[in-house]
Amino acid sequence: MKAIGLVWSNLGRKQVRTILTVMSVLVAFMLFTYLRAVAVAFSSGGFGEAGIDRLVVSPKYSIIDPLPVNHQQQIATVAGVEAVTHADWFGGIYQEPRNFFPKFPVDPDGYFALYPELVIPPEQLAAFRDTRTGAVASAGLAERYGWSIGDRIPIEGDIYPKRDGSRLWEFDLVGIYRGQPDDPDPGVFLFQYDYFDEARQFGHGGVGWFIVRVGDPDRAAEIASAIDAMFENSINATRTATEDDSQREFAKQFGNIGLITTGILGAVFFTILLLTANTMAQALRERIPELAVLKTFGFTDGTVGSLVLAEAILLCVAGGALGIGVAVGTQGVISAAVEQVIGPIEITLPIVAQGLGLAAGLGVVVGSVPALTARRLAIVDALRERQA
Amino acid sequence: MIGQIFQITLLSLRNLPSRFGSSSVIIVGIGGVVGVLVAILAMAKGFEASMSRAGQPDRAIVMRGGSTSELSSGMGPGEMAVVGSWSEVTAASGELYLVADVPKRSNQSLANLAIRGVEQPAFEIRPEISIVEGRPFETGRTEMIAGRGAVAEFEGVETGSTIELRNSTWTIVGMFEADGSVYESEVWADLATAQSIFRREGGVSSMRVRLASPDVADVLSQRMEDDPRLDLTLTGEDEYFRNQSQQLTVLIESFGYGVAAIMAVGAIFAALNTMYTAVSTRTVEIATLRALGFGGMPVVASVVLEALLLALLGGAIGAAVAYFGFNGWTVSTLGGSFSQVAFDFAVTPDLLVFGIVWAVGLGLIGGLFPAVRAARLPITTALRGE
Repeated sequence: MKAIGLVWSNLGRKQVRTILTVMSVLVAFMLFTYLRAVAVAFSSGGFGEAGIDRLVVSPKYSIIDPLPVNHQQQIATVAGVEAVTHADWFGGIYQEPRNFFPKFPVDPDGYFALYPELVIPPEQLAAFRDTRTGAVASAGLAERYGWSIGDRIPIEGDIYPKRDGSRLWEFDLVGIYRGQPDDPDPGVFLFQYDYFDEARQFGHGGVGWFIVRVGDPDRAAEIASAIDAMFENSINATRTATEDDSQREFAKQFGNIGLITTGILGAVFFTILLLTANTMAQALRERIPELAVLKTFGFTDGTVGSLVLAEAILLCVAGGALGIGVAVGTQGVISAAVEQVIGPIEITLPIVAQGLGLAAGLGVVVGSVPALTARRLAIVDALRERQA
Repeated sequence: MIGQIFQITLLSLRNLPSRFGSSSVIIVGIGGVVGVLVAILAMAKGFEASMSRAGQPDRAIVMRGGSTSELSSGMGPGEMAVVGSWSEVTAASGELYLVADVPKRSNQSLANLAIRGVEQPAFEIRPEISIVEGRPFETGRTEMIAGRGAVAEFEGVETGSTIELRNSTWTIVGMFEADGSVYESEVWADLATAQSIFRREGGVSSMRVRLASPDVADVLSQRMEDDPRLDLTLTGEDEYFRNQSQQLTVLIESFGYGVAAIMAVGAIFAALNTMYTAVSTRTVEIATLRALGFGGMPVVASVVLEALLLALLGGAIGAAVAYFGFNGWTVSTLGGSFSQVAFDFAVTPDLLVFGIVWAVGLGLIGGLFPAVRAARLPITTALRGE
C-alpha cells in the first residue's frame, strides 16, 4: 500500500505536466467514446437491440418496389412462422424538410405484437386500432415536437398525394409509446395502414416490407429461404434476412463509417501514445537518482519497475475514465445535437468497457519501456549521475 | 528589440534538436488535427462538387407537386405533353428514375444503384455527357451505359458485361463521363425499354427541360400553378441538387469540425505540455539572458515563435498526408435520392490553407502561456537552478 502512495506523490511532483497529460488523454477518450457511439448508432436500426427472432421480407430487386399486402397470408403459412405484419415508407414532411423522422403506415395490433419491446398503454393501442386517422408517436418524437395526445398532426405527403389530389395528411395523435428503458428512442411515427391505403391516390394494396417472427431463431435462415422460394417466380419476388442483417446491410449503404471512425481514432491514439510516452520518459529521466536511492534502501528491481509502470497505467486510466465520464455526462447534449441527422446516439456499456480496456493497454504500452529502464538501473551509475 | 527576438529565437532553435523527442509531440499532435480536419472537409467538398456540377441554371426538373426527389415523383404522358409544348422549353426529356439492388465492389453488399431511363433529348439537354468507352445504347434494346462513378463502385457494370435487373438481362455497351457530376453514379437506358421492363408503362418520374433562359423558370412555375390540369413543380436543376447535397454536406462538415475541435483541445494540451517543459529545461539559460539585459518581450516572442514553427511543420505534414493520402480517393454514400453517389475527395488549395491556419492558431495558443511564464521567471531564483 505504501507503493500506491509513492506512485501518487510522483504524479503530484510536476502538477502542471500531470494535469496536462491527463487532460490530453481525457480528450482522446472522450472522442473515442463519441465516435464509437456514432459508429454503433449507424450500424443499428431504430429499434435498439434487433430482435433475434425477427426476419424482414423486402422486395428482391429494389427497395422502391412495393410488395402486395396479400403476401402476408402466404408468409403466415410457412412452417416456423409465428406472426407476420407489414410496414411501409411514407416519406412525408412535418412542417419543414429538416424535421426528419420515419413515418410508417402499419397494422396497429400486428405491429405492436411483432415489437414487444415497444411499450404502449392498452387503452392507447385500442384507440389507435379504433381511430381511422389515428397515429402514435414515440415518446422522444412527442417531446421533440411538443405533441400531446389529442393533437392533430399535419404531414405533407411528398410521395403519396391523397385521392382528391391534396397532399395534406392529418393524423390524430392517440397514443405515445416508448422503447425499453435502456434502448434509444425508437423515433418512428406510426399510423393506420387501412386509412392510408384507402386515402392514397395510387399504390393500393402495396406495402414496403413484412416483419416476421419465427418460433426458433436457430431455424431463421431455413425459414427465410422457404419464404423467398415461395415467391421466387412471381413478379414480386422477395429477399428475406434477419432484422439484424438487413439493418446492417442498409447501414453499409452510407459507406464505411467504421473505417472512417477507426482511421480518425488511429490518428488520435498515435498522438496520445507519443505524448504520454514522452511524458513518462521525461518523468523517469528526472527521477533516476531517486530510483537509485529506492534501490539502495532495498526496493527490488521488480518493485521499482512496477512503480514506474503503475504510474503510467494510473495516468492513462485516470485520463481515460475521466474522458469516458465527460462523454457520458454530456451524452444528452451531444445526442440531442446529432439526433436530427443520424438519430440518437447512446454510450453503451460495451463502449465504456472497451474504452477502459484501451486506456489500461495504453498505459502498459507507454509505461513498459521506462519501467524496463528503471528495473535495469544500476545503483552506482544512477547515483553518479547526480553529480553530473 | 527585433534584433533581440531574432537572437534568442535563433538560440532556442539551435538547441531544438536536443529537445526533439518532446517537440515531436507538437508536430504530430497538430499534424493529426490538421490531417483529420482537411481529410473530412475534403470529403464534404468532393460530395458537394459532384452534386453541384450536375446542376445548371438553364436546366430544370419538373416533378409531381410536392415531390422533393425524383425517386418519389411521378407524372403521366398528358402532363409531359403539356410541358413539352411550351415555347420556353427548348428541349425536354421524360425520365424514369429507379434504384436497384446491385452488389458494391468494396464489400459485396447490395446497395442502391440509380437507373435512369432517358429520351434522346436528354443528351442534348446535358451536353457534358460524353461516351468515353464503347458506344451509346440503342433505343428499343436492353442496353445501358454506365457512368464512371457507377463503374468504380458497383460490380458488373463495366463495358461489355451484362447485368440482371428484375428478370431481364441488360448489356452494358459503354461508359460515360459527365464532368465529375452525380450523373456519373448512374446507369442510363432507353426510356421506353426501361418503362416496359420495370412495369412503368407510360409513366415517368420527372422531366428534364432546357429553358430558353434561366429567367423563364418563374414564369413556368406560375403557369403550372395556374393550370388546373397540372399538379407539377418546376425546380432549377442547380437548386435541386443543392437541396439534395446540403444536408449531407453540412453533416460531414459538422462532423469534421466537431472531431477536429476535440482533437485540437488535446493537441493544445500536448503543445502546452511540450512548451512548458521546453521553458523549464531552459530556465537557467533564459534567466541568464534576462540578467544580461534581454527584455521580457523577446523571450516571449522566441518561445511563441518556436511553438509556431513546430505547429507550422505539423500542419504542413498533416495537410500533406491529407493531400497525398486522400485527394482523388473515390468513395460513395447514400445521396439525397436514396441512391449511391460516388464522389472523389477534393483536397483543394483553400482547404490546405485552412488547415495551416488552424495549425498556426493552435501553435499560438500552445506557445503563448508557456512564453509568458518564461518571461516572468524571477531571475535570481531561476539562476540558482530552481
